[in-house]
Amino acid sequence: MVRSGTLILSVAARLLMPLQLLFSVFLLLRGHDEPGGGFIAGLVAAGAFALYMFAYGTQATRAMLRVAPQDLIGMGLFLGVASTLPAWWHGQPFMTAQWWTIPLIGFTFSTPLIFDIGVYLVVLGSVLTAVVGLMDGGRDDG
Amino acid sequence: MSTEVALPILIPLLSGVVSLLFWRQRLVQRFVAVAGTGSLLVSGLWLLSSVSEHGILVMQMGNWQAPFGISLVADLLGAIMVVMTGIIGFAVALYSLATTGRGHEAFGYFPLMHLLLAGVAGAFLTGDIFNLYVWFEVMLVASFALLILGGEKAQMEGAIKYVTLNLLSSVIFLSAVGLLYGLVGTLNMADIAQRLGQVEGNGMVDVLAVMFMVAFGIKAAAFPLFFWLPASYHTPPVAVSALFAGLLTKVGVYALFRVFTLIFNQNPDYTHEILLWGAGVTMLSGVLGATAQFEFRRILSFHIVSQIGYMILGLALFTPLAIIGGVFYIVHHIIVKTNLFLVSGFVNRLCGSYELKRLGGLYRSHPWLAVLFLIPALSLAGVPPLSGFFAKFIVIRAGIETEAYGVTFIALLVGLLTLYSMIKIWAEVFWKAPPETRKDEPEVAPIGQRELWQMYLPIVGLALCTLFIGLYGQPIYALAEASAEQLLDPTRYIEAVMGRSTGVTP
Repeated sequence: MVRSGTLILSVAARLLMPLQLLFSVFLLLRGHDEPGGGFIAGLVAAGAFALYMFAYGTQATRAMLRVAPQDLIGMGLFLGVASTLPAWWHGQPFMTAQWWTIPLIGFTFSTPLIFDIGVYLVVLGSVLTAVVGLMDGGRDDG
Repeated sequence: MSTEVALPILIPLLSGVVSLLFWRQRLVQRFVAVAGTGSLLVSGLWLLSSVSEHGILVMQMGNWQAPFGISLVADLLGAIMVVMTGIIGFAVALYSLATTGRGHEAFGYFPLMHLLLAGVAGAFLTGDIFNLYVWFEVMLVASFALLILGGEKAQMEGAIKYVTLNLLSSVIFLSAVGLLYGLVGTLNMADIAQRLGQVEGNGMVDVLAVMFMVAFGIKAAAFPLFFWLPASYHTPPVAVSALFAGLLTKVGVYALFRVFTLIFNQNPDYTHEILLWGAGVTMLSGVLGATAQFEFRRILSFHIVSQIGYMILGLALFTPLAIIGGVFYIVHHIIVKTNLFLVSGFVNRLCGSYELKRLGGLYRSHPWLAVLFLIPALSLAGVPPLSGFFAKFIVIRAGIETEAYGVTFIALLVGLLTLYSMIKIWAEVFWKAPPETRKDEPEVAPIGQRELWQMYLPIVGLALCTLFIGLYGQPIYALAEASAEQLLDPTRYIEAVMGRSTGVTP
């Protein structure tokens, strides 16, 4: 269902959204050594969903997200707090970074990455909660 | 490795996250609230016993060594405060099972409560001045949200004053931290203390000291910028008021104690003289404000202000006995004041009002509640043998020993006026005949047995704590004495954080 009424926005939103989401993942993964990271990547992803929401409305966006934005905040915070714990297992102070290399593909996985994913989800969740709240609050019939 | 230093921060964070994940399941949230705050209390007790056994405990977060990383430091004062946070958190969590409506819970009361507790515990345990600012903000964000929970008009009015003055204080705090960093080039409190000793004859240090004093003074609701407290504390749900009354201002007092014993101890004649008179005027203005009030929670709010004065007085006199008195006073006050707010909520639940003139006759219908009110109320006024008597006695004796007669006189006078206020509440709420009910008043819903117990249990528990401190005060006094010793000898703190030998290495 086209809510915005303008064809250009509807079509552009469909095309731009996957690109923006891909870009946000790219920013998230390069964030440890180069400009990027969870916060800015989360904002980019939230921008993608917000664009979709302007074009197709909150109902369609909710259906596409599948989880409530508040749950994203909860999951993100959980990942963030959980990422401080593995160091405990190794008898080091909390938040000490742990690195694991996956042998075959040479990809290095680490607790800072888990933390960044947590930040990503928190930012995405809080911006979407605010935007959805504003768009729903604008209409009385919801 | 000393895990217990980080646990009091991690437990409320984790419980907050879990209750956020289950934000649709009311039962899970309620269970996590009690279990989370209970384990916070247990971890606090573990930390306290561990600190009193091994001395100051340090954890370098992320294994970045001080002064480059953020250190978590638990000395006796910090550990005592964490235990108090646990006690109050647990009591309020139990109490809010009965008093927080479904509507407030749906807006995230429990996750916010855990976040607030995490902020408070973090502020007590951090050894880094900028990290202290961060924990203050965590605490404030949670308290802003809790304060407007429900969104009534009176709440908004109180919240605006609260937010404005607290943001002002945050700005002053942050600029002071920036200037301090420019002066000494470090944010680690132990390192700052070390380097500030080498900066001699610099007026900037005094300026910074006063900036920190103003910033923490606003947070602690000291004279002259205490207006935000009586304007806002009587508006939110009563469990929130009780939580705020017990913990928030005390974080400001704790920060004053920390900063003025560890960092700004070079020129006590200047800074502590200001603190001394600030304390005196705070006591007096708080108690005089209370005499003019006729609303249960507003009277109690003004008394928070006046009691803050006693704690700052302990710091300002700056003798070993005075610091002991200050620490003892904080412990006593946190328990007593929270309990009084819990009782006020109980009265409101029974009669449907906080206005003194619409209450009455409760002694006849609920004699035990009257006794439970009298214990913290008389303790607040300093009647022996309750905890408040010893707290006041130590502070006032320290005042006489240092020959600060003016302020000591104010402290005694304020004790008398506090007694007057408490007796006023007693006479109006419990003693006088119940007022005739008007026709237009809404009927108060009958109170269930289960609800009754959920409200009685924390009140009785806190009253027992008050009695315990009063009748068997020696262990608390010994703890306060040991923590005062640590506070007055900053080299131990500095060595624990900076020294390789005592620092905790994995």
